[in-house]
Amino acid sequence: MENIGKTIKNNIRQYAMLIALVVIMIFFQIGTGGILLYPMNVTNLVLQNSYVLILAIGMTLCILTGGNIDLSVGSVVAFIGAVSGTLMINMKMPMFPALLITLGIGLLIGLWQGFWIAYIRIPAFIVTLAGMLLFRGLTNTILQGLTLAPYPPEYQAISGGFIPDFLNFFGASFNVTTIVLGIVLSVLYVIMAIRKRKERDKYNFENTPTLFFIAQVIIIVAGIMLLSYWLAAYKGIPIIFVIIGTLVVIYTVFTQKTVPGRYIYAMGGNEKAAQLSGINTNKVLFFTYVNMSVLAAVAGISFSSRINSASPVAGQSFELDAIAACFIGGASAYGGVGTVIGAIIGALVMGVLNNGMSIMGVGIDLQMTIKGLVLLIAVAFDVISKRKSRG
Amino acid sequence: MGTILEMRNITKVFPGVKALDNVNFKVEAGEIHALVGENGAGKSTLMNVLSGIYPHGTYSGEIIYEGNVCTFRDIRDSEKVGIVIIHQELALQPYLSIGENMFLGNERQKHGFINWSRTHLEARELLKRVRLNESSQTLVKDISVGKQQLVEIAKALAKKVKLLILDEPTAALNEDDSNNLLDLILELKKDGITCILISHKLNEVMKVADTITILRDGAAIETLKVGVDAIDEDRVIKGMVGRTMVNRFPKREPKIGEVAFEVRDWNVYHPVITDRKIIKDVNIKVRRGEIVGISGLMGAGRTEFAMSIFGKAYGSRISGQIIKDGKPVEFNTVREAIDNGVSYLTEDRKSAGLILIDDIRHNITLPSLKKISKKGFIDHNKEVMVAEEYRSKLDIKSSSILQKAGNLSGGNQQKVVLSKWIFSRPDILILDEPTRGIDVGAKYEIYTIINQLADEGKSIIFISSELPEILGICDRIYVMNDGRIVGELTREEASSESIMKCIMQSNREVV
Repeated sequence: MENIGKTIKNNIRQYAMLIALVVIMIFFQIGTGGILLYPMNVTNLVLQNSYVLILAIGMTLCILTGGNIDLSVGSVVAFIGAVSGTLMINMKMPMFPALLITLGIGLLIGLWQGFWIAYIRIPAFIVTLAGMLLFRGLTNTILQGLTLAPYPPEYQAISGGFIPDFLNFFGASFNVTTIVLGIVLSVLYVIMAIRKRKERDKYNFENTPTLFFIAQVIIIVAGIMLLSYWLAAYKGIPIIFVIIGTLVVIYTVFTQKTVPGRYIYAMGGNEKAAQLSGINTNKVLFFTYVNMSVLAAVAGISFSSRINSASPVAGQSFELDAIAACFIGGASAYGGVGTVIGAIIGALVMGVLNNGMSIMGVGIDLQMTIKGLVLLIAVAFDVISKRKSRG
Repeated sequence: MGTILEMRNITKVFPGVKALDNVNFKVEAGEIHALVGENGAGKSTLMNVLSGIYPHGTYSGEIIYEGNVCTFRDIRDSEKVGIVIIHQELALQPYLSIGENMFLGNERQKHGFINWSRTHLEARELLKRVRLNESSQTLVKDISVGKQQLVEIAKALAKKVKLLILDEPTAALNEDDSNNLLDLILELKKDGITCILISHKLNEVMKVADTITILRDGAAIETLKVGVDAIDEDRVIKGMVGRTMVNRFPKREPKIGEVAFEVRDWNVYHPVITDRKIIKDVNIKVRRGEIVGISGLMGAGRTEFAMSIFGKAYGSRISGQIIKDGKPVEFNTVREAIDNGVSYLTEDRKSAGLILIDDIRHNITLPSLKKISKKGFIDHNKEVMVAEEYRSKLDIKSSSILQKAGNLSGGNQQKVVLSKWIFSRPDILILDEPTRGIDVGAKYEIYTIINQLADEGKSIIFISSELPEILGICDRIYVMNDGRIVGELTREEASSESIMKCIMQSNREVV
């Protein structure tokens, strides 16, 4: 019994934010009279927050390198929108070359900022503050202060489209493909979890108690199935959802399993020690900021597609949403600590708060106040619990 | 002279550990009282109780100071009655001047406005008293650690100190600065200032202390009076470790092979001030299975030399030749050095050797991730096995390999750093002050590991400021001074005197 208590205690901090997210969801589910978890609303919630989710992934890496942030991403989102709008709406360029060019521009922006940050060693805060002004200015120059609209339908589909229900042979009222995919994912997860456990047994490593393991698997499978039910009951899986899911998997594997991923953590933990262990920290920092701008370009495409226009005021304060998501999700402001999944959960906490309060008719002024307090409390909780565990 | 301080039955418990167990500690007025013990014996805890860092109520027992029972709530309370503690890590603000630092928290002021002329006037007086020849306007970042230590003492004097507590004051100082500091303590004693000295360096303790109290595992083992009890280092060490240490250095039969590593005509300039030469025409050789010492005073250029070899991690305009196994090689980055079998253990494990917020496992594998990964993907199971292997092989005392490096004791941290570099499988291992600030027992373990590595045929370059250990474990010793090699001594020729003679002679030649 004592053993199980200990296991729960050890794992609870890891899951604290996830539990907080569930609590917030239950609170709003009751507060909104059940509207929050309407299938349509769940889909909307993901769509509304897609840009924060994408930005938070890149921002996590920046923060990991040593508490560095990127203030320019909001302006880059607007700039990318302006470029894609000019190419596709004004110049009538087809979508794929236009996408390649916009992503290429994201890469160039990253190379530009990364150069100043990593090789000239100007603090990231300053370089990206400059970038924030620079790219906002360029956005206005390109758009001449005007809003471009509408995009061709195939571009709108990036954020508005759904995976077609090609498995629905018998005319079911719900999206069969989604449910099937949910089952496939669940089975894959169970197989992977069991394989990992067996491998640990093989190496004689300590495993969590069987009961705990089964409970964990059941909760996650239930989560996957619940989500696929929600999506299936509305229009199925949004395309942007697939994009975000892929990014989350890639970056989680990258940070947790690869050598360069480990280098990012090492640099944030102690840059000097990392250098003297043979790590080229300039290169790590450079890559991180190039990566951030490319992801900002992806977010720019997703956002302009969603609002179906290129606007000079797009993306304002997106950088702050992304930064807040990372810190709520447990990243350390000093670097070296944090996960992509944490940032995603942090972004969802903010998203659910926004969505739930809007449905409940809470004024925008009060919404901001509450979000500010949530950010502060989440980080304070983290700091205090860490201090306690140190004893 | 009466008793100035008596601590009675002090017990202090941290979650899970009894740091102090019923300790009785008595200090006579006007004496220098040394407090010795291994790391974790409770010396610092006891002093923190005394100075109010652990406030009254968080420990049990009584403190009687100048005949009064004291209940300090914080460090200000203890400073008010004249107890000042100077910690091992100096607490000066680098970007404030010496004068500002001396009166920090104790400003010469009226109604909140600082009287700068009085500040600097008094500062000048106090600097004279500690024999520091610097302007009180100089910024602290611009003076050496030795001088900073003197500023700390002057700061204590400004607080009208009666009982001065020095925690490892010479840990970061070279021989000269250390002697200077010890002389100063003796002088302060003449002025009636009582001093508690925490130190690992027994030769220093022997030199200045009137009384020695030995702590072990949170308990006071014995108090020895100089001149009354028969005291020698062996007796004190026995008290500290609880057993007789026949040898402070493990025995080894060196099996020395052919030359494995050679540095020729090595010249290095300062990284920023590129016309200042730091390393001058250095030539050294290391053979297989040999432990070669580099001795010298602090600032002799030993660390700079080692780092400049290690993938040019220090310096600019580096010239010279490195020959490994008979072939000339060149390392332009740290990575290249490691990949070619040269590893360097840094002087400062906390700021440059370890990632304190990360666990033992990740720290050990960091320079050698290639060995445990395939196509850039880390094999986590293999990583755990490697970490477990080194944890047991080097006896790293920890709850598991998942314990954060920052929560380990100094000796165990050093074992993690050693594991890290042993796992990188170097042929040449450069160790820079590998036993700094760790206790006698852990030192012995680390010497044993170093000996084993040499017996496996590795070549060890051993940099240390402590003469006894250089003499104790090296097969051959280079003496470095002012960026030059000024002497090469065999084990038979080497002694404290012969090393100092090399340094003194070279100083004379330069002048």
